[in-house]
Amino acid sequence: MTTMITSAANFVSGLANPTRFLNAVARVLPWMAGITGVLFAVGLVMSFQAPEDYQQGMTVRIMFIHVPSAYIAMFCYAVMAVSAIGTLVWRHPLADVSAKAAAPIGAAFTFLALLTGSLWGKPMWGTWWVWDARLTSVFVLFLMYLGLIAFYRAMDDPARAARVAAVLILVGSINIPIIKFSVDWWNTLHQPASVIRLDGSTIHPTMLYPLLVMVLAFTMLFFTLHLMAMRNEIWRRRVASLRRQAARSVQAS
Amino acid sequence: MPALFLRDLRLAVRAGGGALIGVLFFLAVVAVIPFGVGPDLNLLSRIGPAVLWIGALLAALLGLDRLFQLDREDGSLDIMLMQETPMFLTVLVKCLAHWTAAGLPLIIASPVLGLFMNVSGPAMLAVAATLLVGTPAITFIGAVGAAVSVALPRGGVLVSVLVLPLAIPVLIFGVSAVNGAIQDPAPFLPPFLILCALTLFFSVLGPLAAAAALKASSD
Repeated sequence: MTTMITSAANFVSGLANPTRFLNAVARVLPWMAGITGVLFAVGLVMSFQAPEDYQQGMTVRIMFIHVPSAYIAMFCYAVMAVSAIGTLVWRHPLADVSAKAAAPIGAAFTFLALLTGSLWGKPMWGTWWVWDARLTSVFVLFLMYLGLIAFYRAMDDPARAARVAAVLILVGSINIPIIKFSVDWWNTLHQPASVIRLDGSTIHPTMLYPLLVMVLAFTMLFFTLHLMAMRNEIWRRRVASLRRQAARSVQAS
Repeated sequence: MPALFLRDLRLAVRAGGGALIGVLFFLAVVAVIPFGVGPDLNLLSRIGPAVLWIGALLAALLGLDRLFQLDREDGSLDIMLMQETPMFLTVLVKCLAHWTAAGLPLIIASPVLGLFMNVSGPAMLAVAATLLVGTPAITFIGAVGAAVSVALPRGGVLVSVLVLPLAIPVLIFGVSAVNGAIQDPAPFLPPFLILCALTLFFSVLGPLAAAAALKASSD
């Protein structure tokens, strides 16, 4: 057990070397993209073979996009929070890259969750939007993603931006449990949790299994996009430092 | 610590401090509302408490980006970071001084502005009471934003964008407590106590995070 932990720790600290990380990404990425494609193919076919809901009819299929993207929206923030801890505690150079790369992806999935929820809400609740606790807290999450992206863009020095942004991310992470438990704490129009519950899932298996496959597919998609974004961010920083060197050598000569 | 408190208070109140700018802004925001929604007194008295809260929230955020900026410019922030007193306590005291200089005048002004909005007597009392326990939370949340903005080459609006989402719960429970005081079925005490809890929670989290951000951006 301890050897496993040490080897895992060695692996993570070994990735601090960007070249080693880029090599690992280059090896893993095609496989992850392939698995994502297969999972989406299976998941989408299963979603369309799932029976129609006796009340909601066809619109219940929005669930197979809405639930996974809402879950990724929160999962992405959790990844950012862990990265923020990595920046502040271990000063791992990749942690900052990870947090910065995750923010736009998280914003995109949050937007997708809000959009599909709105499209689902119109036929079911009769309104595009209500200010209930779940919707409002997810909207706040979206605003925080946008604020963090704006913050990263406003800072010109990535090293200083990293630690200040990490503090911001950790302060904002109090919103995540609020989103999760908002449906239990307040009486909301949004339904309470039905997939992950102590007394077992309340969704019928014919709908639960496509949903789980879609959740897996979305998770893999997130990790694939995240690794790609991290790779791009490292390349971007290299280009920036090469440009700075070139400018300096021109000045010197 | 009392010395720091008095120093910040004096700096805020005397010439160039601009603590009363917040009250003026508050006045301007509230005065603009009737032009927007029309001078219907019944409507105004219904939305009055919420307008007062939003105005106070914006006015409290307005002055906050300067919380550490002046100290940064004259170098006293570096001395505060180097001294033996934990930065956490320094930030806490600075927040309290800022609240006394900028937050307290808002609360004193709120009943007068309530008159403009045709808010009834008990509702005005409720607004003042909720602002009294709620605005410190806004100051503590804003301190994080102010600490972050010190690192920014151009802060300003971005601070409000970062801080406003976190201040939403304060606004929600503040307004719902006021509504609880006016309308009969809605309870007053539970949202009021949650508001107190939020203030206490952020009085710990805000200075801690602000101190961490200040340290991170200084070197």
